[in-house]
Amino acid sequence: MRYLPLSDTDRGDMLARIGVDTIDDLFADVPEKARLNELLDLPRRAGELQVERQLSALAAKNVSAGSVPFFVGAGAYKHHVPATVDHLIQRSEFLTSYTPYQPEITQGTLQYLFEFQTQVARLTGMDVANASMYDGSTGTGEAVLMAHRVTRRNKAVLSGGLHPQYRDVVEDISGMADDTVVSLPADPTGTEDILNQIDDDTSCVVVQSPSFYGQLIDLKPIAEKAHAHGALLVAVFTEVVSLGLIEPPGGQGADIVVGEGQSIGNGLNFGGPYVGLFATNQKFIRQMPGRLCGETVDAEGRRGFVLTLSTREQHIRREKATSNICTNSGLCSLAFTIHMSLLGGAGLKKLARINHANAVKLKKDLSAVPGVEVLNTAYFNEFTVRLPEPAHGVVEALAEKGVLGGVPVSRLEPGKPELENLLVVASTEVNTDEDRAAFAGALKEVLA
Amino acid sequence: MSMNTQGRPTDVGEAETSYRPKTFTGNRGLDMEEPLIFEFGHFDTMGVDLDEPEDFAPELGSHARAAELELPGLAEPEAMRHYVRLSRNNYAIDSGLYPLGSCTMKHNPRLNEKMARLPGFGDIHPLQPLSTVQGAVELIDDLARWLMVSTGTSAVAMSPKAGAHGELCGMMAIKAAHKAADRNPTMVLVPESAHGTNPATAALLGYKVVSIDAKDDGTVDLASVKATIAEHAGNVAAIMLTNPNTCGLFEREIIEIADAVHAADAYFYCDGANFNAIVGKARPGDLGVDAMHINLHKTFSTPHGGGGPGSGPVVLSERLAPFAPLPFIRKTDDGPVLVETEADTIEGEQPFGRMTAFHGQMGMFVRALAYMMSHGSDGLKQASEDAVLNANYVRVGLQDLMSLPFGERPCMHEVLFDDSFLKDTGVTTLDFAKAMIDEGYHPMTMYFPLVVHGAMLIEPTESESRAALDLFIATMRDLVMSAQRKETDRFSGAPYLAPRRRLDETTAARKPVLKWTPPAPAEVTPAAAE
Repeated sequence: MRYLPLSDTDRGDMLARIGVDTIDDLFADVPEKARLNELLDLPRRAGELQVERQLSALAAKNVSAGSVPFFVGAGAYKHHVPATVDHLIQRSEFLTSYTPYQPEITQGTLQYLFEFQTQVARLTGMDVANASMYDGSTGTGEAVLMAHRVTRRNKAVLSGGLHPQYRDVVEDISGMADDTVVSLPADPTGTEDILNQIDDDTSCVVVQSPSFYGQLIDLKPIAEKAHAHGALLVAVFTEVVSLGLIEPPGGQGADIVVGEGQSIGNGLNFGGPYVGLFATNQKFIRQMPGRLCGETVDAEGRRGFVLTLSTREQHIRREKATSNICTNSGLCSLAFTIHMSLLGGAGLKKLARINHANAVKLKKDLSAVPGVEVLNTAYFNEFTVRLPEPAHGVVEALAEKGVLGGVPVSRLEPGKPELENLLVVASTEVNTDEDRAAFAGALKEVLA
Repeated sequence: MSMNTQGRPTDVGEAETSYRPKTFTGNRGLDMEEPLIFEFGHFDTMGVDLDEPEDFAPELGSHARAAELELPGLAEPEAMRHYVRLSRNNYAIDSGLYPLGSCTMKHNPRLNEKMARLPGFGDIHPLQPLSTVQGAVELIDDLARWLMVSTGTSAVAMSPKAGAHGELCGMMAIKAAHKAADRNPTMVLVPESAHGTNPATAALLGYKVVSIDAKDDGTVDLASVKATIAEHAGNVAAIMLTNPNTCGLFEREIIEIADAVHAADAYFYCDGANFNAIVGKARPGDLGVDAMHINLHKTFSTPHGGGGPGSGPVVLSERLAPFAPLPFIRKTDDGPVLVETEADTIEGEQPFGRMTAFHGQMGMFVRALAYMMSHGSDGLKQASEDAVLNANYVRVGLQDLMSLPFGERPCMHEVLFDDSFLKDTGVTTLDFAKAMIDEGYHPMTMYFPLVVHGAMLIEPTESESRAALDLFIATMRDLVMSAQRKETDRFSGAPYLAPRRRLDETTAARKPVLKWTPPAPAEVTPAAAE
């Protein structure tokens, strides 16, 4: 087997040195009735060529985003990632290193985490950020748990503009922990009355902007009302590129900002691995979940970085930890940091303008299709349209015409007639005028 | 232009050999000091070329950003050099033996990276029409089959994002199963040797954690398990056990423990962090396990990436299978079907909910499947055997000098020493670990598990050659003898030769500096201003 350096001679010599006759003597503690005497019922070893052939055949059955006019968003976005990013994250020293528990020999990881934390804090307009979460949805669940710890309350109010699967994640962990969740009905246009839901039992209000439906939401009044009742505002985003162009949640009074960072540096990967961004204000840092990297000095007084405040974490605090989380999304946060360094503030702003401009063009093109109504007034690179028929069938028909034309809301919110005809569409910098023309043309044909 | 050897000295000269220059840059040859991007990047620099969009009327409403984005940019060569330099300050599996017990730092094949980057896997969206991603659904189903066959279980929840997330998933399934049976037990049994994630997970779900004792041989005490269950009759939800355990030992009475747990209507959650020791040798399902997460980033070699991303699918027994979270794959005559919402479930499917948006760590699934296919049933078994062989080879190479807390018995894939061999030397486990760094090794896991004083947990993995193990053993022996000769300088200040000396973690925690802030402008003295 090409990955195993020991030869049979080595194995025999080593067993002799250990003082046993056979390898199975080393497995003597395994109860006899549970020992496998035959090989697992699985194929035998395979060379690189065979594996590559089989997996390539599976991959070829899928339609990749880059091969068609592509307008699918709803929490994951197709962006161009510079070649430099993927090269750098595959360097052995990053790829095959563990969590930096020995800081003397992992300053590479620690320094980029410090850069990552600083970038995320500045982007979101918050004091501090952690070294990343698994993704935006699990990060949102952690944000709600953190708000419960901070406020010593256990009722969360979720906006109807929150990504339905993020809502499900929050509801399901809360249900298990016997916390209360008030989820507002779907709110495609950003017109729900969330202020009325906030009371003295509320620990946090969770609001996504741009919302799942693409609508930009004014967070300030919600923050004010929440604070007046001693509750926190958890601001969520799924499209981090939007922060290049819109007011950051930190400037609008958010107490915890959590979002999906996939758009920067990371591919679509059918949903994972992604990178959750998590930021808050200084006064809450000891209640934060996840890893934190901090600056310090070494024995010679040189600047260096370490994982810090680990007394919050499970390996020290065990059942009293702020979270059970053990890993972050290390390599994905590296990809984020490198891509963000290549963009800088000026590049991110420009990228965001291109995204927004493309969405404005798409809105114009789709609005011209008979029967199509755009629901959003203020949006970034994504918006919701109402079709004259169920969106699910339309998307399938579009796919047959070689256009991946958005996400039917009913895929995530089945059985709700008022949402059945809604389609969420996104346009990023990868779309050309030809792509948009193909989309609008195909939609026209499908709806005809 | 190369250098002409004519006219320059070719011998090494007579310079003082112990002289070390204090360099102007702080660099030491190839060992480079590197500033933060915030200290050399510029707000108007970019490493990407983007065209300004044509004039258009924005539709951002009143939400346009007012403040500038204070993020420095780097040109491409600057970014390349910066991150390459940072990388060189990291230890990595590819550069050396990485014997971190319980972490399984084995070789990460690059074929797996290549496969995960095929556009048909890496460039597909989780919510594009299912008709356009059938190959992806098939791949997940294929991996699920490999995982179920190798664990002897009937279902697997694929979506958890990491090991601890898998634990949470397994325990949520257990809680849901109790609820479905109208039971509401409040306690979870956890041995002291457990990973910290176990009690943290149980507590997160509102369970009271009850600690159970270990026997003198380092394994869980069956009598203590039985007594604890009896004491809290009807109120125990589950036991969370790691097997092989964190002392590197196989729990000999595991089947009896499982039977006792099942007899009390409780479930057996197995922490699968150490599954890599027994793949192809024993199946957790045959040991009575009801739920076990598999760290794909340990056992099946998806890269650790400096702390993630991981992936933690959870295999489930028949009793727990109906409660597997969304999304899951249903077998049909027309092939595997991805079930994403409760509305799509059929009778017998009672998902407890959803762990995460989308479908789990697809990128890790591709890598893990490529790894498993490469090994096959024969290679997976061989890998487990070699991992155990290597750990025992290290054990016998060191046991006369270092101290085995549970006597000279075979270990599984990792060997645990305590610090009694350092008694009266003035050298601690931490010092010893840091001295290993000077020798070019990543230290072993230390001070874990908590049940042993000054623990040192060594997991060489199957990726090491005999020659590499021999050198490691010889190095460790040299260090032990040096400690016992009380050559404390070699330890107390170590590491001396790493990119950094020991770092002040106390100050870092007391006055946390978690992001870069511009230095305050230096006060200008009148003399300097002139």
